[in-house]
Amino acid sequence: MALPTEPFILNIGPLHPSTHGVFRMRVTLDGEIIQDVEPVFGYLHRGLEKLCEKYTYKQNIPLTDRLDYVSAINNNWPYVMAVEQLGGIVVPQRAEYLRVIMGELQRIASHLLAVGSLMNDMGIFYTAFMYMFREREKIIDLLEMVSGQRLLYNYMRFGGVSMDIPTEFLPALARFLKVMPGFLDEYDSMLTGNEILLSRTKGIGVMSSEMAINASASGPMLRGSGVKWDLRKDAAYSVYDKFEFDIPIGQNGDCYDRYRVRMEEMRQSLRIIHQAVEQMPAGKEKLPVPLRLRPAKGEVYTQIEAPRGTLGCYLVSDGTEKPYRCHFRAPALINLTVLRNLLIGQKLADAIIIFGSIDISMGEVDR
Amino acid sequence: MTTTIDYKDLAVRLQEQFGEGFTASTDCLEVPPNLVAKAAEYIKNMLDFNYFDMVTAADYPDRFELIYRLQSLSHNVLATFKVICSRENPSVPSLANLWLGASLQEREIYDLFGIEFSGHPNLKRIVLWDDFEGYPLRKDFKGKVYGTAN
Amino acid sequence: MDWSISPDWPGNFWLRLIIIAVILIAFVMSSVIMFIWMERRVIARIQSRLGPNRAGPFGLLQAFADTIKILTKEDIVPTLADKVLFWAAPAIAFVPTLMIMAVIPLMNGLQLADLNVGVLYIAAISAVSAIGIFLSGIAGNNKYSLVGAIREIAQLISFEIPMVLALAGLVIACGSMSLSKIVEAQSIPFILLQPLGFVIFMVAILAEINRTPFDLVEADSELTCGFNTEYSGMKFALLYLTEYSEAVVGSALITAFFLGAWRGPILPGILWFTIKMFAVFMFILWLRGTLPRLRIDQSMRLAWKGLLPLSMFNLFIVSLQTVFFPDLALWISIPAYIIISVIIIILWAMFMRKERQSSNA
Repeated sequence: MALPTEPFILNIGPLHPSTHGVFRMRVTLDGEIIQDVEPVFGYLHRGLEKLCEKYTYKQNIPLTDRLDYVSAINNNWPYVMAVEQLGGIVVPQRAEYLRVIMGELQRIASHLLAVGSLMNDMGIFYTAFMYMFREREKIIDLLEMVSGQRLLYNYMRFGGVSMDIPTEFLPALARFLKVMPGFLDEYDSMLTGNEILLSRTKGIGVMSSEMAINASASGPMLRGSGVKWDLRKDAAYSVYDKFEFDIPIGQNGDCYDRYRVRMEEMRQSLRIIHQAVEQMPAGKEKLPVPLRLRPAKGEVYTQIEAPRGTLGCYLVSDGTEKPYRCHFRAPALINLTVLRNLLIGQKLADAIIIFGSIDISMGEVDR
Repeated sequence: MTTTIDYKDLAVRLQEQFGEGFTASTDCLEVPPNLVAKAAEYIKNMLDFNYFDMVTAADYPDRFELIYRLQSLSHNVLATFKVICSRENPSVPSLANLWLGASLQEREIYDLFGIEFSGHPNLKRIVLWDDFEGYPLRKDFKGKVYGTAN
Repeated sequence: MDWSISPDWPGNFWLRLIIIAVILIAFVMSSVIMFIWMERRVIARIQSRLGPNRAGPFGLLQAFADTIKILTKEDIVPTLADKVLFWAAPAIAFVPTLMIMAVIPLMNGLQLADLNVGVLYIAAISAVSAIGIFLSGIAGNNKYSLVGAIREIAQLISFEIPMVLALAGLVIACGSMSLSKIVEAQSIPFILLQPLGFVIFMVAILAEINRTPFDLVEADSELTCGFNTEYSGMKFALLYLTEYSEAVVGSALITAFFLGAWRGPILPGILWFTIKMFAVFMFILWLRGTLPRLRIDQSMRLAWKGLLPLSMFNLFIVSLQTVFFPDLALWISIPAYIIISVIIIILWAMFMRKERQSSNA
């Protein structure tokens, strides 16, 4: 005997503990099984691209911090690179190394947050989250040492970085590099072999490599699906061609692989920082750039490997001191393209985990 | 390292297939709006450009420019295409059926520039609310003035 | 020293009843306050933070401060809620937890009612509390609560069976359903004599009181707060109280059935009972700080494919021993039971893991 049933609609978000900001999913449920999902964006839309057209090139750097507020340094980078390419500005070697060090530190901090909140979505009641925030705090202290701020660093400038590192930074960084692998092992021993974690993540939210490529996924989403694609190697910008590191990839493209890729990327970032500190030359951290910068007419597109994927900046200059058009290719938004395909047919509880494993940041999705 | 495709060569090959209208410059290839769908299919299937990196638009006084960046992950080749459409009733074919990755980005352009993507499966406003008037990223957009400024 | 209380102490039947009832309620309430404090402090230490430490010494008065705050909150009833059920549900959920305490011997003789069907009584009453939670879920007319309520019932039906079967092992071993007889039979605590039954009962109790890894009913990351999403003020306080008094009762049941209840050297019985109860709760907290949450179908699978066969097996070996080797020496039976349990649990875990790999892939 079959009882008559009808699907019911559940609004997950915009205020919900697991939507990582103000994202909203309009989910049609059949019991616990998801039949349809409609993502709703725009609760954090600030018109950032329009604002960029209003301010001068230099005034826009702090705006880019607000894109993906948990990895601010990486957001400065493509914009600064774009302006440098347009204006023909030379960046001193030391500045490039400083950018790499800070960018990789920021990547570790961002991945710690990503994995921590994924574990939270899974229900480890903040334990993993607090552990990871303990180490993220150390990174933030380091970044505060060099930039004076703790979340939105406003660190990069055209032709370099805002200030050179203080003398106590390198010893502090060395201490951090020494203890961090131990902490990563601690997370691994707490999480990776856990049977419940395996049963919650393995085989859940599987995205084949074809699907990942077709949906323009990038970053850990793409690599978790087994595509070996990392702009730091495949389109090496800055001084990334001077470092040795591996690109971790997953096999199945499930939530577990995306989690593993993030954990492994943190180790590789530590390797890069090690090498960068060793190779860093002396010299100036910034070359003088005219205050009222007027890059030549033209357009340019630059991209970097941000923690969440390929972060690009498309910049059009009309020869005045304000950009004519500024567009950011936001990896968090584009990674969400595939959300609907991943969620349909899954259970409500899995939906939260799949969404958490995509790791978005609303500041970037809505801009 | 990523290499860029030879636009002159590509223009010749596309012209052999679909006729005139493709103009190559040093850093991009201009595609006429009516040939976008066919050219995209050719580029995807024949030239193996499997990764849709980015699409965005720019508003110029006399035209809209759409900038497509396609990438071939297997060969690590990059290509930039431009589509120029008029400011009156701007419309281009949607590529969301070829590359799923285009769908949200096209919706965003539709929302902020008002460029129609014909054939898009779910073309509606994305970051702004549905009855918002105007398209904010157009240069002639005059938003409502909130607050007490004069 | 003999700390036991004689059955006719301290006067006639009714006076004794009232005094013990007051003691029981005071015991539950003070345990709840200590549990709340412990939960927050211990979890905080597990997570390398401090936890509440402002109100009173070591933050001991935090629970009182929270109570005062919560009682002054506005009491909101959603417009479309079922008003009667919305009011009644917290009480329906709370009262059974106190009722269960009536049959638990806190001390030799300190037992409100020594029912000769005590185990049956516990199995029956513990299900009523779940009905209260289910009602609070559907009364609020909130979709999150509704999903939580559905999960609660599914979980109750699944885990009640292995729980009762594990208790059946005890009943067979000591030949009585009376709690006082069961405690009397534990000169050696049953955790040693029936380790398999203990594991099953522990897991089932975790599911029954909605604790990690079975906190699907609340599932704060999925269902915001599950069944109590719509509750505020006094009614929320009552649901919160239910949650912790369920934890008290759960720990007390494990203590009474498997850890020898009040039995122990030197110290008075009630102190032993309290110590054991807090130790059990400590273990529950440890799990909460470490384990992720199961999905509903995985929780069901664990109940039906994991615990049910295991509890059947437990019942089988216990009956076998009781019928054929009733006078087995302890030095044989304890190691034998432990070895059999470990082997069977490992085998079953391997089976379940294979099952998981084949079902997820």
